[in-house]
Amino acid sequence: MTINEIQDLIIEEFAQFGDWMERYEYLIDLGRLLPPFDERYKTPEYLIEGCQSKVWLFPSFENGIITFTAESDALITRGIVALLVRVFSGRTPAEIVGANIYFIEKIGLRENLSPTRSNGLLAMMKQMRLYALAYKSKQEHS
Amino acid sequence: MKLAKSIEEIRPDFPILSTKAHGKPLIYLDNGATTQKPLQVISVMEELYRTTNANVHRGVHYLSDRVSERYEAARETVRAFINASSREEIVFTAGTTASINAVAFSFGERFVGDGDEILISGMEHHANIVPWQMLCERKKAKLKVIPFSDEGVLDLEAYTSLLTERTRIVAVTHVSNVLGTVNPVKEIVAEAHRHGIPVLVDGAQGIQHGIVDVQDLDCDFYVFSGHKVYGPNGIGVLYGKADLLNEIPPYQGGGDMVANVTFEKTTYNVLPFKFEAGTTNFTGAIGLASALDYLSALGREAVAEREQALLARATAGLSDIEGLRIYGTAPKKVSVVSFLPGVIHQYDAGMILDKMGIAVRTGTHCAQPLMERYGISGSIRASIAFYNTEEEIEALVKGVRKVIEMFA
Repeated sequence: MTINEIQDLIIEEFAQFGDWMERYEYLIDLGRLLPPFDERYKTPEYLIEGCQSKVWLFPSFENGIITFTAESDALITRGIVALLVRVFSGRTPAEIVGANIYFIEKIGLRENLSPTRSNGLLAMMKQMRLYALAYKSKQEHS
Repeated sequence: MKLAKSIEEIRPDFPILSTKAHGKPLIYLDNGATTQKPLQVISVMEELYRTTNANVHRGVHYLSDRVSERYEAARETVRAFINASSREEIVFTAGTTASINAVAFSFGERFVGDGDEILISGMEHHANIVPWQMLCERKKAKLKVIPFSDEGVLDLEAYTSLLTERTRIVAVTHVSNVLGTVNPVKEIVAEAHRHGIPVLVDGAQGIQHGIVDVQDLDCDFYVFSGHKVYGPNGIGVLYGKADLLNEIPPYQGGGDMVANVTFEKTTYNVLPFKFEAGTTNFTGAIGLASALDYLSALGREAVAEREQALLARATAGLSDIEGLRIYGTAPKKVSVVSFLPGVIHQYDAGMILDKMGIAVRTGTHCAQPLMERYGISGSIRASIAFYNTEEEIEALVKGVRKVIEMFA
């Protein structure tokens, strides 16, 4: 599936919810289902500090594919982290760098990625792109 | 004590309170961050811009005279509100933070040197920590901290023992913005004065919850912000005893703060103008005075009493919730309740409450050392004003119960 196909799928999943409460309950479930994060990487190096909640993001790069694992101390943030990992993990650097992310807005979670929220999510998305850019230039120069 | 108006009459004075948030009636419980403004304040400011706008203290012309008069009348209103002994002791600033920075700089320049000590408390807002740290760095002085108990009460014995011959100033908050504790400022000042040490009181969370009498407290500096006392933002007050204000240098140079300027030497204007360089926020000052008038007309003791009743209701309702912990249980508190519902993260809870139309603050509340003291990454803070209703408090308690259900 392409990044856009996954985004469309997520939009479809969220379309079945009647109100905000159900959307957030689903996010909370997603947060709970996020695979455990390796405690060894819960270090300042992988920490994305927001003043409301914290996000840890760990990248690995193998065979031209970037894998992200991530974690947050807040459950709703973790739910959105799970969605971002679902969209961005297992992709090539070029796919990530060229991605146009529209699902967040379509599922009514835009406020969560506003710069004023300071929950670490916006910085996390930027960080994912930065890692992709770094791996991309590494690819091109090797 | 009875409010001069009923709550049904008060609510329409604050038009923003009828806002809808996410389609639900707004329940505004973030008054510790900023308070809403009554129509009286809004209309004074609008009227000023429409009819009486000119620069203060500068002109011989009609408008400048009118606005200068009103600016000075606003100073008199502030003086009376905190019972300062003279108008020259009231300096208008941009807010609490600006006031503390001004004192930290000016007082520091004059009185603080290598090896000296500054004493603050463990429950300070960053605004009453960082300016002193900056001063300490500049002057190679040392910052010392008064500890407090789990209930949120300052350890006065420790305080006394922390006062040394090197202590140059004590800077403590009147009321903790997180815990709601009302500190025994009068005793703290008396103790410091026994050693000849001046005291700055951060009144950002104190001024709006009752009577503040700076002569009775005998503090040397008292600072607060307009926007936390139902006035506009961008305006604040630095009260200082005239002797001290006269003795310390100005921290900003510019127009209006000078008597005589030549390229060789400048002499400074008298108090309070010495500390008001440049065009001041005169509109804000007049707006602030109108907010103080509003509170006085309502009855400040009655306002405090109503807030205490709402606080008791919130404390009782929240305490009933299993697993919920309230941070700050000092016997003397203002209407601020910080809490965490079990292991639920404050951001999660705040997000869900927001969806219900309930505005609370979540996070560290600009008091990271305090959070560290309790070993938490943040809390939820409901801060209550007299215009809040019993029903809103009930809605908060119900909302928190719903949050717990969702995250169970």
